[in-house]
Amino acid sequence: MTEVAERSKILEGLNTRFSSLNNSSDFHAIRQKAFDFINEKGLPHPKNEEYKFTNVTRILEKQFDISKKSGHAVGKSDVDALVFEGLDVIKLVFINGEFSLELSDIEETKGLKISSIGKAIESNDPQFLALFGEATKNNNDEFAALNTALVEDGSFITVADNSIIEKPIALFFINDATNDKNYTNSRNLISIGKNSQVDFLELFSTKGNNDSFTNIVTEILVDENAHGNYYKIQNNNDNASHIGTTQIHQKRSSVFSTYTFTLNGGTVRNNLNIAVDGEGCESHMYGLYVVNGKTHVDNHTAADHIRPHSMSNELYKGILEDNARGVFNGKVYVRQAAQKTNAFQSNKNILLSDTSTVNTKPQLEIWADDVKCSHGCTTGQLDEDALFYLRARGLSKTSARAMLLYAFAIEVIESVKLEPLKNYLEHIISERLHKDF
Amino acid sequence: MLKIKDLHASIEDKEILKGINLEVKAGEVHAIMGPNGSGKSTLASVLAGREDYEVTAGSAEFGGKDLLEMAAEERAREGVFLAFQYPIEIPGVSTTNFMKTALNQVREHKGLDPLDAVSFLKLMKEKMQLVEIDQSLLSRSLNEGFSGGEKKRNEIFQMAMLEPKLSILDETDSGLDIDALKIVANGVNTLKNKDNATIVVTHYQRLLDYIVPDFVHVLYKGRIVKSGTKDLALELEEKGYDWIKEEVDATI
Repeated sequence: MTEVAERSKILEGLNTRFSSLNNSSDFHAIRQKAFDFINEKGLPHPKNEEYKFTNVTRILEKQFDISKKSGHAVGKSDVDALVFEGLDVIKLVFINGEFSLELSDIEETKGLKISSIGKAIESNDPQFLALFGEATKNNNDEFAALNTALVEDGSFITVADNSIIEKPIALFFINDATNDKNYTNSRNLISIGKNSQVDFLELFSTKGNNDSFTNIVTEILVDENAHGNYYKIQNNNDNASHIGTTQIHQKRSSVFSTYTFTLNGGTVRNNLNIAVDGEGCESHMYGLYVVNGKTHVDNHTAADHIRPHSMSNELYKGILEDNARGVFNGKVYVRQAAQKTNAFQSNKNILLSDTSTVNTKPQLEIWADDVKCSHGCTTGQLDEDALFYLRARGLSKTSARAMLLYAFAIEVIESVKLEPLKNYLEHIISERLHKDF
Repeated sequence: MLKIKDLHASIEDKEILKGINLEVKAGEVHAIMGPNGSGKSTLASVLAGREDYEVTAGSAEFGGKDLLEMAAEERAREGVFLAFQYPIEIPGVSTTNFMKTALNQVREHKGLDPLDAVSFLKLMKEKMQLVEIDQSLLSRSLNEGFSGGEKKRNEIFQMAMLEPKLSILDETDSGLDIDALKIVANGVNTLKNKDNATIVVTHYQRLLDYIVPDFVHVLYKGRIVKSGTKDLALELEEKGYDWIKEEVDATI
């Protein structure tokens, strides 16, 4: 009974927020459709298979006053603190979900068009309206729909055909929950043209210790023969919850890699869906979560092979301590037409405490008969024999442990092609494995 | 250097060592032989500080200090080295990186400054030659995909790097062909001096042709049942272990 009451209260809150939105833009019809979907379907229930191990709806029980914009005191120094050494990027900064032109650093670049989603909605940008929802059209996730209904701001980025964008584009999402709780619905819409090449980073961080919640969706359209890397780095406070959906649509001969690094947070749910919708595509999915405390990190990934001669490769690794909880669900679909598909998947976890847990579930659904698919998952403790071997040479228990954990994590970090990011991750992970863990 | 008195050790409540007495002095080479399951490797592991074994009685002193009180890493820093029977494969950790960390932690314990990159590399090159190991092997993941011989040579290389006072070679000869055996033995002999000591645990006499022991002990059912000179090893080679087993079993 109380749960039902709680849920109806949440929906009521969402209704209030929705009603307060400006309904004069053309985009409002898209919002309305998504909101109707929510009203009809409701928010995910723990009995929902997709959310079995992660009670996401509970996040909304924290009674975010979503009709109010929360104030912030994020300045240049906060952003600078997030820019790690050697990172030379085109910088877009969003504070509590809102684009900050002042803190951003957008360099004019040939072939690159950057606008804020807020501005694109307001101006009825026809290109935006045409591309929006293209990648997510088969996505029936409630939180993705909620994002569509309530989206406030984000980035709209298009890369023209035959454009090589030298500098990576970094999107900083900083939530300031110092004085108030805060809840944001950010959205990114990215379109990469034919034969083009571009790298992105999404970096998340929080200030202050009130509850905060980010429900973000990133849509990426990858056109023929385009190349790109997408790095997501989540390093939030303990009270920051995060639901992120990355929806990618790849066309013929495109090569796209995603990297998801989760270093801290409250409840973190990442949905990564890739439609491999062209021949000769390559999709790489890498993930690393190194978490302790009560952090709950759930990675749901899906690679949908629609056409023949493509490959997907997935490697997710996790190190969990204290009461941390990990969930991995990796789906691979190989449709009947997708002959000669190569799909590989691997999830490996190390549990450092008796109270940390991992639920891992590979899920392969294959309708084609001439494919090569494999999956594997392991969850275990640190190898005692290896630990002894290192200690027998004089290494302290702490450094032996750190060395083994680092060796475990490095496989994912080494796949990072962006050198400053790789150095940063190497540094932060190694420091953490010595200290916190 | 090492004084073991009435040492008892068990694993999962099963007693393996049932009263070992052994004294090893600087400059000596001791061989410990014995049939399978006699406790040879257990003795080596207990001395190196493997926590799976519980010492239930007895003592072991190393350089005047209570060895059994020390954690595995302290023993290593004090100068105890175990060459593993089955060296562990560790993906993602290179021998070079591992040795640099190990060596510097040992040096720190001795109150020495860490070696800089250049000195470390110089030392490594020198020790590599000793066991005829290639640098490319050392930049690879530790023991991963190494052949049996490469693994054992890597153990001796590590020993050369750390310059221990007491080296315990646990069946380092098992599975080696004659060339690899000669390289390993040559490495051990070169490192031998009047200030250090070696315990060679082996199943076969063959290794003792190359590493000549001052004393040979036969371990059986968790006790040293016979000690002698290198001639004892030759006798064992010729006659096997049965006569010793019979002798011991008759007295129990």
